[in-house]
Amino acid sequence: MAVEGTPPRGAPLAAGQVVDGFLLEERCHQGGMASLWRVTRPGSGETLPLIMKVPRIKGGDDPTTIVGFEVEQMIMPTLTGVHVPRYVAHGDFTRQPYIVMERIEGHTLKARFDAAPIPPGEVAQIGAKVATALHDLHRQHVIHLDVKPSNIMFRESGEAVLIDFGLSRHDHLPDLLEEEFELPMGTGPYMSPEQVQFVRNDPRSDTFALGVMLYHLATGERPFGAPTSVRGLRQRLYRDPVPPRTLRPECPPWLQEIILRCLEVDPERRHQSAAQLAFDLQHPDQTVLTERATRTTQSSSLQVARRWFAALGNEPAADAGAVVQTARSPIVMAAVDVAAAEPALLAAVRAAAQRLLHTEPGARLACVAVLKTNRIAMDEPLDADGSSKHVNLLVKLKHWARPAQLALPGTSAAPGGRVTFHVLEAPDPAGAIIDYARKNQVDHIVMGARSSGGLRRYLGSVSARVAAEAGCTVTVVRTPPASGGGPG
Amino acid sequence: MKLALVTDLHANREAVSAVMDHAQAQGCARFAFLGDFVGYGADPGWVVDLVREQVGRGAIAVMGNHDEAVVQGPRPTMIADARHAVEWTRARLSATQLEFLATLPMSVIDGEVLYVHANAFAPGEWAYIVGHAEAARSLQASDRQFTFCGHVHEPRLFHMTATGKAGGFVPTPGVAIPLSPQRRWLAIPGSAGQPRDGDPAACYASFEPETATLTFHRVPYDTESAAAKVRAAGLPAALARRLIDGS
Repeated sequence: MAVEGTPPRGAPLAAGQVVDGFLLEERCHQGGMASLWRVTRPGSGETLPLIMKVPRIKGGDDPTTIVGFEVEQMIMPTLTGVHVPRYVAHGDFTRQPYIVMERIEGHTLKARFDAAPIPPGEVAQIGAKVATALHDLHRQHVIHLDVKPSNIMFRESGEAVLIDFGLSRHDHLPDLLEEEFELPMGTGPYMSPEQVQFVRNDPRSDTFALGVMLYHLATGERPFGAPTSVRGLRQRLYRDPVPPRTLRPECPPWLQEIILRCLEVDPERRHQSAAQLAFDLQHPDQTVLTERATRTTQSSSLQVARRWFAALGNEPAADAGAVVQTARSPIVMAAVDVAAAEPALLAAVRAAAQRLLHTEPGARLACVAVLKTNRIAMDEPLDADGSSKHVNLLVKLKHWARPAQLALPGTSAAPGGRVTFHVLEAPDPAGAIIDYARKNQVDHIVMGARSSGGLRRYLGSVSARVAAEAGCTVTVVRTPPASGGGPG
Repeated sequence: MKLALVTDLHANREAVSAVMDHAQAQGCARFAFLGDFVGYGADPGWVVDLVREQVGRGAIAVMGNHDEAVVQGPRPTMIADARHAVEWTRARLSATQLEFLATLPMSVIDGEVLYVHANAFAPGEWAYIVGHAEAARSLQASDRQFTFCGHVHEPRLFHMTATGKAGGFVPTPGVAIPLSPQRRWLAIPGSAGQPRDGDPAACYASFEPETATLTFHRVPYDTESAAAKVRAAGLPAALARRLIDGS
């Protein structure tokens, strides 16, 4: 039978009790910082499975737990979407502190770490899902700042879900943690170098933490161990991790490239957005391999000494915040009909894409062409003819992009691999473009409009459908009619 | 009932009209005016009448240093432009309007809120809250959970925990900020009549007491007309200029 009313403050909760209309059914987890209760809201018609998170206050004064819970209560109600548990209600410390949210079934990612090392393909797949979730969070102005296996779950539909926002920071809300503590905030093994130096407004801290997880999944070891002292934490400012391939030769160079890039000390040298990291993890063949991919040793002791000195008193000053940094680093997609479009239109699309790349130095360009297939033939193995068509299109696409690529500052060294190429095979070009943009978190599509009115009437307009249905900004490029006449 | 916090109106009719319209459209049913109704701008009488009328309808109003100066005559510490404006203003207010300013309280406590123009530790001495230290000092001087004040023209939000650690924050306009019951808060909405943070749009904030949610707002208004009136009144040209560039 349910016990009505709220118990006095500090009294332990018990199954069967009702708190603000939520019936406590069973305690499903007891952690160091909080316990989780499976709850229902009788009579509300609420069908979502719910949990109530209740902080564990040790003694009378436990600022870490209290402030962390305060932060989570402030940030969770602002979050939406598939990559966070849906927020339902909260109660404050004046009575019974709690947060009620959607219960995500299943285990956290922590369980998967017991099996590490796991195959590279799976590492990349998990990484891409987590990076996609992080990008969605960053777009909502929030930096997680405590990304670790126990704070990541997966929906049955496959999407990663981020939990525990106790150390998070919202671009537009006060940072309640900033003034509170004299020690770096985060979890030792995963904390980014800038977090060690008290910077809390760089979303690339989250991709560093994800890099630590990918390293661990790929090698079975943690790149920086599990330090507990500030001195131990500071080591990551000047000491590189052992390259993954040195520990596990079966780790492919592209994965080592991606992991070591995530773990760069300087955020400017990492992927500039979580979406760009997800992109690389989803397209290993497009990852530009640098010296990182083949590195076999840690930095020399001379380099370590030099970096140790450089790290002294060098407090990084990030002025960004989640959305500023993310918006600075968009993924631009040029959907190019290299096989059929007029040269003038192809040049105009290239010029438009180039302008976008020049305005945002962190931008990346994904050049995409669609090889139209017959619906019936879709599942048949690619024949020699199909394969040559594919290669042919890729060659044309690269040729098309070359002037834009050459005009980019610093591409000769290709540090970030800013331009990538993709041939999609699909019966429906518009659908394929829209789908690709969604899966790769493209921010902006640039494409040409078919010039011939007759052809457009016959085939339908791909650009019109993309503009109408894509979830991002779409620029449709047109060339002026040659004779200045009316519509043809 | 949603409350609009309007401060440092500084006799700017155009700005105050725009703020009042915006606040009413936001559903604010009650107003708190945090001082400095006059000084700098060309319409002191209109602004004082508006505040008086709102006080008649239950609004809160507290005294600012410019209001005090107009009543008592300028202090020797006042900068020249402010002193000129004070003398000009005094000559343009009726006995009733001056009487209203003279009887304004230095602070008002209403429930969990302290309303005061400059700070809680010495309201009549007009020290500015320029950073965490002054904010902490003010928060420690009051036992209320919320302090709403003006005097500083740039919007700011300060907070302090039970352990006495204070944090500061430059708010983003239009974002609702939940003020956690775990700490105490000091909010400076920013000046309605003479913004100084580089954005000429008028400042104010709205507060929802039931949910303890605070939102800072910026309201663009006809700065050209307000500045033209300042010039036409023969007030210092710098006072007109700063309305246009928000400096």
